[in-house]
Amino acid sequence: MKISVHAQQKIAFTLLGIASTIVIVPVIVIFAVLIQKGFPAINWQFLTTMPRMGMRAGGIFPAIMGTLYLVAGTIIVALPLGVLAAIYLVEYASKNFLTRMIEVAIVNLAGVPSVVYGLFGMGLFVIYLKLGVSIIAGALTLAIMILPVIITSAKEALQTVPRSFREASLALGVSKWETIRCVVLPNALPGILTGTILGISRAAGETAPILFTVAAFYLPRLPKSIFDQCMALPYHLYVLSTQVPNVKPALQYGTALVLVGMVFLLNLVAILVRAHIRSRKQW
Amino acid sequence: MRKFREAIIEKTILLNGFACILFVILIFVFLAKDGLTLFRTIAVQDFLFGRIWSPLAEPPQFGILPLFLGSLVVTLGATVISVPLGMACAIFIGEIAPRWMRETLKAGVELLAAIPSIVIGFIGMTMLSPIVKSLFHLPTGLTALSGSIALAFMAIPTIVSIMEDAITSVPRTYKEGSLALGATHWQTIFRVIVPAASSGIVAAIMLGIGRVIGETMAVMMLTGNASVMPHTILAPVRTMTATIAAEMGETVRGSEHYFALFALGLVLFVITFAINLVADGALHRKQK
Repeated sequence: MKISVHAQQKIAFTLLGIASTIVIVPVIVIFAVLIQKGFPAINWQFLTTMPRMGMRAGGIFPAIMGTLYLVAGTIIVALPLGVLAAIYLVEYASKNFLTRMIEVAIVNLAGVPSVVYGLFGMGLFVIYLKLGVSIIAGALTLAIMILPVIITSAKEALQTVPRSFREASLALGVSKWETIRCVVLPNALPGILTGTILGISRAAGETAPILFTVAAFYLPRLPKSIFDQCMALPYHLYVLSTQVPNVKPALQYGTALVLVGMVFLLNLVAILVRAHIRSRKQW
Repeated sequence: MRKFREAIIEKTILLNGFACILFVILIFVFLAKDGLTLFRTIAVQDFLFGRIWSPLAEPPQFGILPLFLGSLVVTLGATVISVPLGMACAIFIGEIAPRWMRETLKAGVELLAAIPSIVIGFIGMTMLSPIVKSLFHLPTGLTALSGSIALAFMAIPTIVSIMEDAITSVPRTYKEGSLALGATHWQTIFRVIVPAASSGIVAAIMLGIGRVIGETMAVMMLTGNASVMPHTILAPVRTMTATIAAEMGETVRGSEHYFALFALGLVLFVITFAINLVADGALHRKQK
């Protein structure tokens, strides 16, 4: 028996639809569960007090602050480095072997496993540069990890600024760097911001790179300087769910929800910025 | 004066461009520096093909074959699940779904991509592994299969977004030509669009696999961490990434075990490097 081509199409499309549903349903389930089980645990006290009794009670304040410090340190390092690298690739680089090498390097940086970044950060920053297990070592490691994300999106943002903008500025006698600084960058800024925020949200959620470079198992106080260890939300969730026995599930789900909430807030900001640029674009 | 300033700025920017190459080299050097030290005392073939990983035994044994096979089993499992699902989802989003459904699906996939791996691991431990356990009547739900399923969902966003790009960038004229010849929409997708987008699809699969091999936290929490030679997908295994993450905290700096973990990192780095080069080659070919 031969199935008609239209029946074939119907079957194929149905299967594709089912596959897409299989992809999406777990996402919904994960969020539903996190919110249902985590939300009751979250209150002001949970967010603003130190953990107590070997992390089986109390709040997650030092972990939240630790993640914020790490994220801030990461942006300070990665943003200028990434944007300047993107400017080089878009505005200055000629199409030669060296430029191709840089592009290959970026692709490979993006593919290096996060735990290998952890090893590298430990080898270079913690031991070789003698920074110790510290916020600065962790932030530098995370910065190198998110560099490809920032460069790729900054490149795209720079490339969407029309050539005519640059030519008009250069024709007025403005130098190349001034053109980039005063004409190209302001127009590319929202796009760069979007990429940066996405990079940060990745840095905020990663655990493996901070395992040996910054994360403290249990440290119920805030770090005093950038050379101190600190707790961090993702590592805290790891500790709560695998290392400490008899933790109330509410505490685990609450921590997971705060982490996911933080990452999503960042993503939401990125999406809003992107939507804003699209609506304002005049060329 | 102005020219001088411009030149300095240009050089500074140039340096930043080279920073990426520098970082790749630095990563390699720092992994190799400690990793290769291991081979002063352990033979390379004992490391690569040894069947026992037992760093705390006396004498310690550093054969990474069980870890490599553990990574391989989990990765294969995740690939088998994620590639068909991801490809179907990408085709559905790119060609079939009406606008509102497309936007919802894309948002859902982006949400999935944004969930930190530690949260996937946590949810997998609390929800997925009990299901695996009772479904197959196993003593534990922390198996290679659980890890594969979780990893598949971490690879799907990468696969879907790159494949969808590849599919939507196939020129409209190809599609119109095929439809004008009387082919159905499905025939057009299957015989024209997918082959035309093939290099992008290959790149998507490679990058998805790269993501899976390098994934650490979720896999450490879900696969049960038994460093034995894997015989079935329903038993606990241990991957290379999980081994580094789990054991680095307990080693003494400068010990054989410490060097062995760096050597393991080097192996991972080389594998992902190769995968990314192939994927990039495929994407680059497409652009030409």
